[in-house]
This record gives sequence, C-alpha cells and structure tokens, in this order.
Amino acid sequence: MSTTPQLLSSVQVARFVAHGFLRLDGVVPAEMNAEALGVFAADLPVVPYGTPVPKAFPEDSFARRLVELPAVAGALQSLVGPDPTVDHHFVHTRQPHEGSAQPLHADALIDVRPDAFDVQLMYYPQDVTADMGGTLVVPGSHLRRINESDTGRYQNLLGQTRLTCTAGTVMLLHHGIWHGGRRNDSGTVRHMYKIRFNPTVPQVRLWDTTDLNSPTVPEELGRTFPWYEGATGRLEIHNRIHLWRALSGDSGFDIDYWATRIANRPALRSQA
Amino acid sequence: MTITEHETTRIPAGITRQQVLVLYLSTSALDAQVVGWARYDGTGTTRPTTGDSDEPPYPTGVAALEDGWRLFQAAQLIPPYPGAEHETSFLKHEFFFEKLVQL
Repeated sequence: MSTTPQLLSSVQVARFVAHGFLRLDGVVPAEMNAEALGVFAADLPVVPYGTPVPKAFPEDSFARRLVELPAVAGALQSLVGPDPTVDHHFVHTRQPHEGSAQPLHADALIDVRPDAFDVQLMYYPQDVTADMGGTLVVPGSHLRRINESDTGRYQNLLGQTRLTCTAGTVMLLHHGIWHGGRRNDSGTVRHMYKIRFNPTVPQVRLWDTTDLNSPTVPEELGRTFPWYEGATGRLEIHNRIHLWRALSGDSGFDIDYWATRIANRPALRSQA
Repeated sequence: MTITEHETTRIPAGITRQQVLVLYLSTSALDAQVVGWARYDGTGTTRPTTGDSDEPPYPTGVAALEDGWRLFQAAQLIPPYPGAEHETSFLKHEFFFEKLVQL
C-alpha cells in the first residue's frame, strides 16, 4: 500500500470551500475499524491543546496510524498544511434509543477568521445506518456567523445530510459547519472519533494545484444548496470568492463578476 | 403573542394545547418555498427533534395556512448592519404557526 499522502486537487478543495466538508468513504481498513472499538472503550490519552501531531499521537498509536493513512494525510495536508497541531480529540458516543438529538450547532466559538480555518476529522469505525443517528451536517453552512447552538431552533433544512456510511469512513469538516449528533433509534451504540486540527502555516495553495485553472473550480465554488434563501445564497458565493482568493493567492479571482462589480470605485479626478 | 379576549372565548371548553410549526421560506413572501422547518408539540404526543426528516411538511407557507395552521409571527425585514452587509448568519424568513388542539 502506498504511504505517499494523496493530495487533493483544486476541484476537491473548491468543493470543500463550497460544501464545508469532504467525505472519504471507507478509507480506513477493516482491521483498524475492528481495533478502534477497543481503543475507544478505554480512556483516550490526554492531549494538551495545541500539541504537534507527532507528540500528541506517538508512533504506532491508533490515532497516528489513522491520520497517516495516505488519503487522510493527503487531505489534511491539502487543507491545513504540514505539521498541524492537535486542538483536541474526543470520542462521541450515541447510546441505543437515546431519545434525543443534539441541537444543530457549530463547535467552539463564533470564528470570523477570513483567511484561516481549522479542520475537524470525524471517523466512523462502524457501518452507520439511517436509524443509528449518524451526524447531521448542513452543506454550505460553514461561513455563516453564528455562535455554537444558537441555531438549535432549526430542526431540518432542505438538502441536509443525515450521514449513513460504511465502516472506515472519514469526514473532514471546516470548523464552522453546522452539525449535530442525531437521535439513535437503533439498538446499536454508535461511535464517532473527532480530532480538531489547527494550521501552523498560511493555508495558501497547499494542495495539488495542477488543475487550478480548471473551469470546474468556479463551478464548484458557485454551487448553491436547497436550504439557501435565494438572495442570501448570492452572498454565500461572494464570501467563497474571498475565501478562494485567500487560499489560492489569486486576488483577482471572481465568479460572474460578483466581487469585482461591487468593489469598483473609480477615483475622482481633477477636471482642470 | 397575546391571546385576546375574543380569541380565548372561541376556544372550546376542555384542555387545549398548542402545536407550533416554524417554517423558513426562500424569500420574505409567505407563498415562497419552504427551505427549513421545525415542530414543537404541546400535546406531548410527538417528539420532533433535530434531523428527523428530509421532506418539508408543506411546500410553501400558504400551504400551511390552507391546512389550518394559524400564522402568529413573521420575521421582520431588518436592514443589514453597516459594514456587515455581506455577512451571512441565521435564516432570515422565519414564520411561526400554531394549531390549538383539544385533548
């Protein structure tokens, strides 16, 4: 098996910028998925906030092997760069017939960084069926400025993702994504292991940029989602343009002239 | 909402409970498409919760009216804060409906 990190393409990163998450289905091998349940049954080692990965996760530890899987390592490197720090890690468990769901929320605090973001890895060691309460994720919600569970009133949004997946699936999410653990209506306990990563380098062109000028890049960035109000959806595209300018280092990038048009302020000139 | 004397006198005798439906619409018009929804049931017979359905209960706000839901609150149209005109946050077009149920 190759151990070379599989970097994302520009189109994949553009898709992440639009959706706020990237899904890697079944990338963790079966033997690790089986091992994970035992690892999660024990207490996870304490990791101080902001610890470099090699120190947080010793060589041969489960977490280290997880983040060094080529698909996972490549996606992380493409989004947060080399040598990120571990913010924190935690195993989220939804008990059988638990009776309630988490309110829709974004993690941590309202976060207004225009040119940097954290990535949260969510790993599912089991098959997740519809009645097991897989994570609810709202595509394209990550750039909205809300604070934690202030969105709890929203139960359902058109086009939401109620995760079902095969064992070994990993999701990488922008820190601002609206999400929540759904009610587990099954008789099976469900686990999800989460690691939050902080970048330590500017997040500029960290991926495989050979397709940077592909017409699919603006197509991905210009995508709207069913739950968007039409007018606000235009603002989402405007805000993604600015994020893409930061990530790509291309200060003139635009889609359908949205950002350029409203920045046009010809200077007053002397008429003498 | 304040229940007026006129409204309270129309509620039949017996135990009455409120069911609440919140619809989020694609524009500020009540006949616009539903893009989000939530239910709260004061009868205690159902327990709606986060992420429990993918299909909206009605296609538009007016469709809810046609099914007997009574609108009791609509989101105001508030100009963007100066300097924050391009920021996005909560859904803007929120409509609260109720049904009063006799148990």
